[in-house]
Amino acid sequence: MRLFKKRPYISLQKTEAQNGPQVPDGMFEKCPNCQRPIYVKSLGKSRRCPNCHYTFRISAQERLAITIDAGTFNEWNSKVKTVNPLDFPDYENKITKTQAKTGLTEAVLTGEAQINGHKTAIGIMDSHFIMGSMGQAVGEKITRLFEKALEKELPVVLFTASGGARMQEGIFSLMQMAKTSAAIKRFSDKGLFYLTVLTDPTTGGVTASFAMEGDIILAEPGSLVGFAGKRVIEQTIKASLPDDFQLAETVMKNGFIDQIIEREKLKQVIASLIDMHSYSDEKEGERYE
Amino acid sequence: MSEAMEMVKEARKTDRLSMSEIATDMIEDFIELHGDRLYKDDQAIIGGIGKINGLPVTVIGNEKGKDVKESMRRNFGSPHPEGYRKSLRLMKQAEKFNRPIVNFINTSGAYCGVEAEERGQGEAIAKNLFEMSNLNVPVLSIIMGEGGSGGALALALADEVWMMEYSIYSILSPEGFASILWKDAKRASEAADLMRLTSFDLKELGIVEKVIAEKNHHDEWIEKQLLMKQMKKEIYDKLINLRKMSKETLLEERYQRFRKF
Repeated sequence: MRLFKKRPYISLQKTEAQNGPQVPDGMFEKCPNCQRPIYVKSLGKSRRCPNCHYTFRISAQERLAITIDAGTFNEWNSKVKTVNPLDFPDYENKITKTQAKTGLTEAVLTGEAQINGHKTAIGIMDSHFIMGSMGQAVGEKITRLFEKALEKELPVVLFTASGGARMQEGIFSLMQMAKTSAAIKRFSDKGLFYLTVLTDPTTGGVTASFAMEGDIILAEPGSLVGFAGKRVIEQTIKASLPDDFQLAETVMKNGFIDQIIEREKLKQVIASLIDMHSYSDEKEGERYE
Repeated sequence: MSEAMEMVKEARKTDRLSMSEIATDMIEDFIELHGDRLYKDDQAIIGGIGKINGLPVTVIGNEKGKDVKESMRRNFGSPHPEGYRKSLRLMKQAEKFNRPIVNFINTSGAYCGVEAEERGQGEAIAKNLFEMSNLNVPVLSIIMGEGGSGGALALALADEVWMMEYSIYSILSPEGFASILWKDAKRASEAADLMRLTSFDLKELGIVEKVIAEKNHHDEWIEKQLLMKQMKKEIYDKLINLRKMSKETLLEERYQRFRKF
């Protein structure tokens, strides 16, 4: 009988010591790339994993701060509003909440700034805003960025970070790929310089439009860069994919990225590329006068 | 099943009017031109030159295949990057010889595979969009069955986009849409309703200019030869009209067509 088989025992209260060493919250973070724990302070200002050199995703505001000369940013089109063209249930609510959480109005921040003294138009996507997905507002801000840069004859530096299309906006999201591409073509045909910096993650409709249309395409180490999602591909081919699949390093090997630049060096490289694309004979004349 | 989902089923049928049938029965003297000159010939896309009522045109379209064997060869109409690069090569050639371009789209999307990624699926689509926005010849795109996402858009940056009555055009398949938003692909029917992917919905939203009727007044399917005859006339008239426009106006109107979205 069950009654006689039962062993006698007493329960012990778990003590603090048994829970292991106490670590204050937020002292360690796990690297999403190499999975190892990292002491937060060793990440540094550019938020780079000391083990695998993966650079953590940062917000558009943080990106702006480490990229441009302090106090030179002048935001463009901050009032472009997100619309709900398909009357998708609860979409407005989601937008309002995300705006409050991120301090951004949409998944891209655009404007004019100086980088080591070079005037440039700049766009920064933020993956914290509904995965940096592209809907009408994002497409509109990027299109206006190129149209205004064309008018002012400025180069464009665009940091991409996106999971792809904003599903809630359906077909209107798809149209943004055409709209932005057409604006970039016009910009490009005027001989102006467009630099893309692919950051983690750059995928879907953003890869299949403005991310891949730069004159020069840079990427941050360890960034995910691709068109189709890894899970979708695995389902299609019914096999699992290697770890380095769609890593910026692999994409560069395949010939679709010009150079991978570590976050600390990015500002200098961007400034120098803008400099090389702003040479004109007139200015050269002035220099020798 | 929702009405929209019935449309999706209809749009996916393999016995719909296909690119091969158009090439043989609608286009006069069609000659297929193979290959992207970079890697290989993608058979998910058929491209070539021919005539419509005597007017030379470049014709490009997806072919899904009629039977299993052909469908395998054609990868069920889902192009790899070389398919888009072939289409761009042919469109640039059309521009050089001042030929209008007609694209017939029927794809569930650009192929999601390892090699497609390695050879730059994203770059290939982006390049098509970039170049097509400024091709200085008339471009007309017609969605014949499925118009799946970026893979369809890569042939649809055109002066006008038309849809067959029983075709769909969307950001993603309703199954994919449901699985992304609700983590449940079985809610595809509900998604299809919400997405507004039918020809009449998209006409109302201003995404396409024209819906081509596939059934007559008695609710019977229009026989394929007759359907092609009707389409041919409409395509011809449209191309002649677009050809009358100056290059500047043509390009400006194409820009504004997409600028408004």
